[in-house]
Amino acid sequence: MTRIAVISAGLSVPSSTRLLADRLADATVAALHEPVEVDVVELRPLAHPLADHLLTGFPSGELAEAIETVRRADALIVVTPVFSASYSGLFKTFFDVLEPDTLAGVPVLIGATAGTARHSLVLEHALRPLFTYLHATVVPTGVFAASEDFGEAGLQSRIERAAGELGALLTGAPRQRVRTVEDEFADPTPFEDLLRGA
Amino acid sequence: MQIGIFTVGDVTPDPTTGRTPTEHERIKATVEIAKKAEEVGLDVFATGEHHNPPFIASNPTATLAYIGAQTENIILSTATTLITTTDPVLIAEDYAKIQHLTDGRVDLMMGRGNTGPVYPWFGKDIREGINLAIENYALLRRLWTEDVVNWEGKFRTPLQGYTSTPRPLDGVAPFVWHGSIRSPEIAEQAAYYGDGFFHNHIFWPAGHTKQMVDLYRRRFEHYGHGPADTAIVGLGGQFFMRKNSQDAVDEFRPYFDNAPVYGHGPSLEDFTEATPLTVGSPQQVLERTLSFREYAGHYQRQLFLVDHAGLPLKTVLEQLDLLGEILPEMRKGFAEGRPAHIPDAPTHASLVAAAGGAKDTTIHAVDDVTGVSV
Repeated sequence: MTRIAVISAGLSVPSSTRLLADRLADATVAALHEPVEVDVVELRPLAHPLADHLLTGFPSGELAEAIETVRRADALIVVTPVFSASYSGLFKTFFDVLEPDTLAGVPVLIGATAGTARHSLVLEHALRPLFTYLHATVVPTGVFAASEDFGEAGLQSRIERAAGELGALLTGAPRQRVRTVEDEFADPTPFEDLLRGA
Repeated sequence: MQIGIFTVGDVTPDPTTGRTPTEHERIKATVEIAKKAEEVGLDVFATGEHHNPPFIASNPTATLAYIGAQTENIILSTATTLITTTDPVLIAEDYAKIQHLTDGRVDLMMGRGNTGPVYPWFGKDIREGINLAIENYALLRRLWTEDVVNWEGKFRTPLQGYTSTPRPLDGVAPFVWHGSIRSPEIAEQAAYYGDGFFHNHIFWPAGHTKQMVDLYRRRFEHYGHGPADTAIVGLGGQFFMRKNSQDAVDEFRPYFDNAPVYGHGPSLEDFTEATPLTVGSPQQVLERTLSFREYAGHYQRQLFLVDHAGLPLKTVLEQLDLLGEILPEMRKGFAEGRPAHIPDAPTHASLVAAAGGAKDTTIHAVDDVTGVSV
């Protein structure tokens, strides 16, 4: 059984961060073709225990369970809202209190939501370096969704691409080759397909 | 079963008055507290070691010797001796000297110290903490057990033909405990040598304590020192008591809420549930303390932190009186259900007996001024 822990740092209900997290989780389950256990960790109810942990050095009740969920997971899907051009403090605090090397070698799919598309590079500037530092294996495609993206078709394809990459990391599947212009020369896509896809 | 107190020597403002004691007051208070501990019948007084404000716990050997001169029975110990930043040559000399001065009423607890900036002041690096603890302690043992030591290591100047003086009292080194909260290497070290293992226990959930004590017991047996349940375990503990439990909660809450370690964090209620801190009646403290055995097994030493969080001396002394009142019950409770094969914590007397009696190990050498053998 593959275990995926989903960490969502959204604060409102419903939260677009959680919506994105759920879509990433669903797409990953669909990509895996095997039994998957998905455990969602919402950080909002852990805000007080996280502050306590900073001061006392140990996790209490529900936070201890959340950390254990992460420790046992084969892969993580992590999604944060963008606050002041970066991950939220709550999101960062959760990863601050993990024991060193908890995420070493763990595949992590990163996601972020924001009110404006101007924040889209937050994945590359903030989340990817954080998880690289933690020695996680960060999935090449991160998924950023601004408010306007939730109405766009492109979001679903990015979600599926990222989920497929996470699935491949988990199963050790050979790389899914993406068709290049050379492939088109060798074996052109029939025009009927182009017409259907347009 | 040894029951006692340990202090970290913090100089903390009293949050109810805003007043901070002076260093002088705090140092003198420490002596009063130790004398009170003996008066109420406790077995151990241990002091921490710190080399930075807001602590007065530098030079623990002066403190212990001074207390030793004014007490008769209480065992003097440390909580902890910084085996990382203190030269093991000085530890060997200082504690052998206190052994002689107090007729063997001394043992030590080794610890690493978690204050990063302190290490460079002593020419060390906190990132080498475990390695320092391992190498320095290995040298310390040799200094106490071998008359002439030739030694070379990574962290200090080599020694050629060195004899640590005075030699340990009666030819027996002080008993050593190793303290650590979350470093399995230190439980392993204590087990390897068959030394004692002490878990700070306060500030931490019981699960941490159990994990470390279990590891130490398992490895103690592995290294051939005896069955796991005969390993020598010590635990910390923390209480505030009044005859009426609600009075204890009301009086202690401002100290808890502003305490240096956990203050401004979890509530008193959450923290007492998660850690061994007990705030209530003497009966509640008694029951909680006796319940530590449920996860640590039968153990040998229980030390309480009593003088902390800015509590005034008068209050600390009252707490010790209350502890003294429940002490007979606590001893009785610890003795209940304790199998006969569980050993007591080693003392100087028991170590001398195990070594086949006292031996004078004075090194007689040639006086380099007169040339006379002395």
